[in-house]
Parts: sequence; C-alpha cells; structure tokens
Amino acid sequence: MRCDPGHRYGRPVSVIITDNLTKRFPRVTALDRLTVDVQPGVVGLVGANGAGKSTLIKILLGLAPATEGSARVLGLDVATEGGAIRERVGYMPEHDCLPPDVSATEFVVHMARMSGLPASAARERTADTLRHVGLYEERYRPIGGYSTGMKQRVKLAQALVHDPQLVLLDEPTNGLDPVGRDEMLALIRRIHSDFGISVLVTSHLLGELERTCEHVVVIDGGKLLRSSSTADFTKATAMLAVEVTDRRSDPEFDADAALYERLTTAGLTVTTDGTRVLVVEIKGDETYDLIRDAVADLGVGLVRMEQRRHHISEVFSDDQPAAEEESAHV
Amino acid sequence: MSEPTAPPVDVIHDIGYRHYEGERLGHGYAVRSLFTQTLRGSFGLGRSIKSKILPMGMLALICLPAGIIVAVAVYTKMSKLPVEYSHYLDSMQFVIALFVASQAPVAVSRDLRFMTLPLYFSRPLTSRDYVRAKFGAMFCSVLILTALPVLIMWIGTLLAQMSFGYNLRHVAYGLVAAALYALLYSAIGVAIASLTPRRGFGVAAIIAVMLISLAVSGIIYAVLDNSGHIGVAPWANMISPARLVDSTVTWLFGLASITSSDAGDMVPSTFGGWVFLAEIALVPAAAYGLMVRRYRKI
Repeated sequence: MRCDPGHRYGRPVSVIITDNLTKRFPRVTALDRLTVDVQPGVVGLVGANGAGKSTLIKILLGLAPATEGSARVLGLDVATEGGAIRERVGYMPEHDCLPPDVSATEFVVHMARMSGLPASAARERTADTLRHVGLYEERYRPIGGYSTGMKQRVKLAQALVHDPQLVLLDEPTNGLDPVGRDEMLALIRRIHSDFGISVLVTSHLLGELERTCEHVVVIDGGKLLRSSSTADFTKATAMLAVEVTDRRSDPEFDADAALYERLTTAGLTVTTDGTRVLVVEIKGDETYDLIRDAVADLGVGLVRMEQRRHHISEVFSDDQPAAEEESAHV
Repeated sequence: MSEPTAPPVDVIHDIGYRHYEGERLGHGYAVRSLFTQTLRGSFGLGRSIKSKILPMGMLALICLPAGIIVAVAVYTKMSKLPVEYSHYLDSMQFVIALFVASQAPVAVSRDLRFMTLPLYFSRPLTSRDYVRAKFGAMFCSVLILTALPVLIMWIGTLLAQMSFGYNLRHVAYGLVAAALYALLYSAIGVAIASLTPRRGFGVAAIIAVMLISLAVSGIIYAVLDNSGHIGVAPWANMISPARLVDSTVTWLFGLASITSSDAGDMVPSTFGGWVFLAEIALVPAAAYGLMVRRYRKI
C-alpha cells in the first residue's frame, strides 16, 4: 500500500530540503539559518505561535521570497519554480477559509478546477476525496451549517482533491475536541499510509505529533531546535510498567513486595515510582515470560503490563518527565 | 444467466484511494475557469435562486424599454429610431450603476471576507491571474448588460426595414459606447469592491461614487453654464463616468446630442475630446493597477 511520493516519478527524493533558509522582516527574524532535510512520510513541524511555521510554509509554497539561503520542495526550487511546486502540493491553512453559502461539493469542485483539473475529473475527484475525509450526505448542504470538525475535513479535502505529492497542513487539529482531534490525526496518518501522499503537519502540541509523525522538526524563534525521527525522540527506554492486584483471600499479603523480590532474584532491575506501579527494565523477550510466570505463581491479578516511553516534550525539559501529553504546550 | 435466483444487492465497495492520472490543464485553464465562474455568478448562474433575481431583473429592466421602443417604431412605421443607441445607454445609466454595485462585490468581496484567497494562491494561479480573471469577468458581464439592449434596438431596425447602412454604422457606435460603459463601470466597481471585505460597504460605496459623481458633474455644469462660462462647462462631464462616456462617444462619432443639435456641446473642444478619451483609458488602467497592488500582499 505504501508508496512514497518520490517513487511515483522514479527515484525517492527528499520532500523538503532547506539550506540556511533565512527570512528577515524589518523588525523580526522569522527564520534563522534553518537547515532541514525532510524525507517522505508524515513529518511534524512543532513550534510555538510565532516560531516561524507559517513563514516557512509560505516560502515552501513559493509565495514569499527567502532573505537568504535556499529551499527545494519535491526537488523544485522555491525561488524559481513556485508554480510547478504549487501544482504538486496541497495546502490547508490554519484559519477559516470556507464560504458558508456554498456546499462542500461545489466548493471543492471549484478548487479542483483552480488546480487545473478538467470539469468532469474535478467532480469525480471531489466525490472521492470528500468520501475519504469522511463527509457523506452532508456534502450537499451549505458549509455554514457544518461543525468545526466537518469544516476541517472540507479544508483537508480541498488540499487533497488534485492528488498532490505533498500536503502542508497548518494546525489541522486547531479547535477540535479530543475525539475530533483523534479522528483528524488518524486521517493524517492515512494520507500517507493509504494515499501515498507525504505530509508536513504543524502543531504546537507535541503529544499529537508524537502519535502521528515519523519525524519531528522542532523550531523555536525561527531556529532549528531539533530534527529527528519520533523513534529517536521517544526511544523506547526498554521499560515495562507492571501493576498487580492483591490476593482477595489474603489481604495481608503484600503482592508488590513479593513480586519485587521475585523479579530481582530473577536478575531484573526493578524500581518503583511511589505508586503501585513497578518499572522493570526489559532484558529481552524472556523478561515478559518471567513477569507472567511470577504473577501466575503468586496468584495475583495483572492490572497492567505496558511499555514506558519518553515523551517528545522531554526535549524541552530534560529533568522533568512529561506529566500530561495534552499539557505539552511549547 | 445461470443464477437467476439471487436479486442484485446494491453494495458500496470501498475501492480505496486512487491516484489521479488524468490531465492537468494548468494555469491558463484555471484562469479561464475562474473567469467563467465569476461571469456566470454575476448573473446568479450557479448560485441560489435568490441571487438570480437582482442581476436578471437589471438585465430585463435595461432591455424592456429598448423592446418597447422597437415595438413602437415597427408599429408606427418610423424611418428612424427615436433615440440614438449610445444615448439610450446614457438614459439607462442608473441600471448599469445598480448592476455593478450589486455584482462587483459578489465577484471580489466574498473571497476577501471568507479568506479564501490563500487557497487560490497556494495553487498555480497567481494574484495577477486572479485580478485578471475577476476584472475580465466583470467587464464581460457589464458588457452583456450594455450591449444587449443596443442589439435589440438594432434588430428592431431590421424588422422595421429602416435604413440598413445608417443603422449598421450607428449600432457600431452604440457598441463602442457599450464597451466603454462596461470598461469604466466594471473597473471602478471592482476596484472599490476589492477595498472592503464587507459586501454591504462595497454596494454602498459604488452606488455613492456613481450617484455623487453624476450629481456633482450636473451641478458644476449648470453653475458654469448659467454664469456664462458655456465654453468650459462641458469639462464638468469628465467627473461622472456616464457623462464622460456619453459626451466622448457623441463627440467622437459626431452624433446628435440629446440637449442640442451641436455635437461640440458635449466636449469642451477637440483637445477636450482627446482628454476625455485619455481619461477613459487611464481610469481603468489605474483601477487595475490598484487591484494588482491590493492583492500582491495577500
């Protein structure tokens, strides 16, 4: 199913390359010698408001000139081949951009034609795309009556309707409730895994991007803070969190202490974090078996056994482990 | 044909995502599509029934008197239309003004108000293309409005078997006037409308500019005329778009003016006539330049 954009036209290429990209406005430097190399996939761009995300997107679309440095999108130079880039790229802005008095179908058909699709193809692609983003019967109703989630889907559909090789999504989860947020993130993952379209998605919420992206670029004040794969960011620390119940028949029995002893004798490193959760270092696959057997022998119930990972937010605060994903505002 | 028992069941198959392999018609096609959509939209086509009423009503309103004139001329077997083609448009200028005031904001302020422009400009279309398409579409829709009654009157002269050569020449003058009205009105209308995202403001501002310029022009003309400055009074005609076109066309083609039989009455002098012509060329050019500047920053 997976097909990287580069493959459609031969060799796999970096989707976005910037080299010392700098954008200075009279009073502020929006981007400061930014050098990144983005491979096909779902890539997150994290930064606070005003970190330079939107400026970067504008430059990548060839709509604003860089002060210094260069950038290439899908192998095309943003300074000289903006038109060709905009034919191959889809863009979903952060702000509202939908007229309330037309239906999603009419609007997306019009946008498809603005991308150069012939009328019949525009209608066909619109029907397909709206279905893929999850808009069905309501697509014939005026957009004015849509919920925020539905509007976000229409915005996404207009970015996908011309079948681009790359989509730039600016804060697509803005204003959505937790359920809408999860649905949108799942949709974004599908854009790459099922549609084979590379994605650059911006957010100021790290937790979201951790769940969604393969690679995260963090910028702050226009400077590159970090660019690496989410696997690196949240490198599995090879820890297992284990929690067990007490014996119902024998309330005096300290299940935690017993398990702790069993596991340490078996040669595992176990720590507690003050709660009933034991954190066990994974030595290999046999660690799982050891824990299972120990729990079974003690005759207690296993409440949880899950991998512990670091969160991206620890990039910003090294000593403070991420407490709450959603509170990870940069 | 071997299994006639099971009735066909309608199933929706999820065929997954399909890439688009068809043709991409590019930049020129996008501009043409935007042009067509705007042109159709200015007559309410492709929009709700409600939004068809006003533009279609204006079109009917400007054609109806032309139809009546033709009917009377045919019935009474006139040898000549009672009114010159271009003067007919002058007397209908309020309809043209209303049409532009109601439709120019429809063409441009919606995209500003709902912030749709970034979606256009993230496509191959540039801001210059956008201005070109909107400007061209508005010009063409006003041209339809102004040229249609002129053509109706001309067809009437054919039906009434009036002098063919005379009417052919004069319908050509009428069409030139129609084009100049369309150029000036659409340029002024679209440029004003593009300054505000609020449609209501756009409508009001266009109406105000058209009506006030006409009133001011009339007052200045009257004051100069009454105070004995008959020679310079026609300069007042350059203030109002409608007066400007009517006097220029009257002078250019030596037509009989409405007010007097002396064609020279409408423009101050031959030099004045050229100044008027230059103004007709410069005002739309300035409006276009203003629009290009306006949209470059978005």
